[in-house]
Amino acid sequence: MERVTNEQNFKVINTSQLLTEAKNFKAEGYRLGQACATVVGDTIEIIYSFDKAHVLKNLKLVISDGEEVESITGDFWSAFIYENEMHDLFGIQFNHSALDYQGKFFKVAEPTPWKPKK
Amino acid sequence: MAKKTIIPFGPQHPVLPEPIHLDLVIEDETVVEAIPSIGFIHRGLEKLVETRDYSQMVYVIERICGICSFGHGWGACSAIEGAMNVKVPERAEYLRTILHELSRLHSHLLWLGLLADAFGFESLFNHCWRVRETILDILEKTTGGRVIFSICQVGGMRKDIDDETLKEIVVTLNGIKKDIKSLTDVFIEDKSVKNRMCGVGVLTKADAEELGAVGPVARGSGVPQDIRMTNGHGVYDKLDFEPVIEEAGDCYARCKVRIGEVFQSIELIEKAVAQIPEGPVSVKVTGNVEGEFITRLEQPRGEAYYYAKGAGTKFLQRMRVRTPTNQNIPALVKTLQGCDLADVPMLVLTIDPCISCTER
Amino acid sequence: MSYIAKSPWVIHYDGSSCNGCDIEVLACLTPMYDVERFGIINTGNPKHADVFLLTGAVNEQNKDVIRQIYEQMPEPKVVVAVGICACSGGVFKDCYNILGGSDTVVPVDVYVPGCAARPEAIIDGVVKGLGVLQEKRDKMVKGAKETGEGGNE
Repeated sequence: MERVTNEQNFKVINTSQLLTEAKNFKAEGYRLGQACATVVGDTIEIIYSFDKAHVLKNLKLVISDGEEVESITGDFWSAFIYENEMHDLFGIQFNHSALDYQGKFFKVAEPTPWKPKK
Repeated sequence: MAKKTIIPFGPQHPVLPEPIHLDLVIEDETVVEAIPSIGFIHRGLEKLVETRDYSQMVYVIERICGICSFGHGWGACSAIEGAMNVKVPERAEYLRTILHELSRLHSHLLWLGLLADAFGFESLFNHCWRVRETILDILEKTTGGRVIFSICQVGGMRKDIDDETLKEIVVTLNGIKKDIKSLTDVFIEDKSVKNRMCGVGVLTKADAEELGAVGPVARGSGVPQDIRMTNGHGVYDKLDFEPVIEEAGDCYARCKVRIGEVFQSIELIEKAVAQIPEGPVSVKVTGNVEGEFITRLEQPRGEAYYYAKGAGTKFLQRMRVRTPTNQNIPALVKTLQGCDLADVPMLVLTIDPCISCTER
Repeated sequence: MSYIAKSPWVIHYDGSSCNGCDIEVLACLTPMYDVERFGIINTGNPKHADVFLLTGAVNEQNKDVIRQIYEQMPEPKVVVAVGICACSGGVFKDCYNILGGSDTVVPVDVYVPGCAARPEAIIDGVVKGLGVLQEKRDKMVKGAKETGEGGNE
């Protein structure tokens, strides 16, 4: 089997492009590898990683604190794990989720510990 | 139609060494829906990046889990090394590969024991763990620790393992091969064991791809998915690595994949020891992390992601780990639908859940 | 020595541990270390247990579970904190979801340090705990004699 070398592949997008990009990946047969959030100053970066036959591609979505994001669970159902995690730890609101735990996925001592402090 | 009942499974359950909670919606004896909830051992350790510098962070990440600890340390190091553009000496890469395969051996033997315990085969459990102690002795001799090693550091390895010891390891492993074979034969051939596993909890290839299953769960369903097949992860490209694949997708197939990997690991170690070059095992690393890097490696439980991002200070901005169990939970939820209540423990166990990895 | 100090029953609870100490506790029960030869049995029922082995730090989620298990155990009882996380919170002490060592919720009699604690250290800790158990028992028997209620010695 052919061996692939993984390159660092980040494509910066905005919230309106997210669903179209996700649909494209789905149509091409990619699977969702992971999604995670990073606080950078006042903004939050969300990284979605997709994998197809070991080729890794990442989408980087930059949002401002409080901005709401469309859920990609319509195309990638397994994203519910990561979206609920980001909701509970970072306070990011995901709309139209296929499986929304309403903040009861992670039980934490203080709510949204990663959310940027005002 | 039968009445629906909800049965809570966990967080404390006899077959589970760790707390996971599932709400099982039952009709008669059949599960129609399973809703997972996690957070019992959530520590929030990724947030320690704010108070620990990047080289200390490696030790924190290693303590995500006491079973996959070596891989976590390696993953954290290679994400940081990637972001800093550090080239690790070849001998260090070989040593990392050897220790990683030893970890896989100990993890799979541990899992086989737990599986035997789950279907009530107490003596088989004890024998698996007896053999596992040999691997732990090797790990202790080479790294100094039985379960937490702290031997990986940014830039290479904390210490070398001399060639004499490496050769001894191969001799020891070949010595226990027969012992392992006599145990795995029970899993593969015993009628009562097969009864519990064959045809139970089938995950089709299409579902495994759709839900993004990883590791032995994916390979048990015929998906050729193994990060050891890519370049840039240890020295697997020099060892003629081919993944172990089974097609059936049931508990028995997942078990067979892991058994195949036990023997494969011994072979990989043997090849790596034969090829290992002389040279230093670490390079000096100066400066701080600037930029971001995402890397993956194949843990005993499947593919894991490591993401490091720094802004030029000695503290990272983010160190994120996505562990294999995280990704296998959707597949578990899917296979639980339609299974018998009595088979739930078997299904949960055959994804080899690691909850302290999942919740970090 | 009375019977409980000869064959104590142990209950183990995994706090927010990394699994390291848990698998070492399990390793104590398997052929290499085999604590069953001393009559030590791992039980899942707190009402059968004399010794409470705790691994991992206490977090918001499990503090009530730990307290409940402790309260259900019959007197006399001993708590052994296994591993540095159970002793003080260890490397995770500063995490936002961690309250601290197990002594933040239950009284601890023996502390076993180590990351992860070695099986030898765990066995040593349990044996030390048995001494404490005997002391507690003697005190109970003495107290019962003084009040005239009569212990079951």
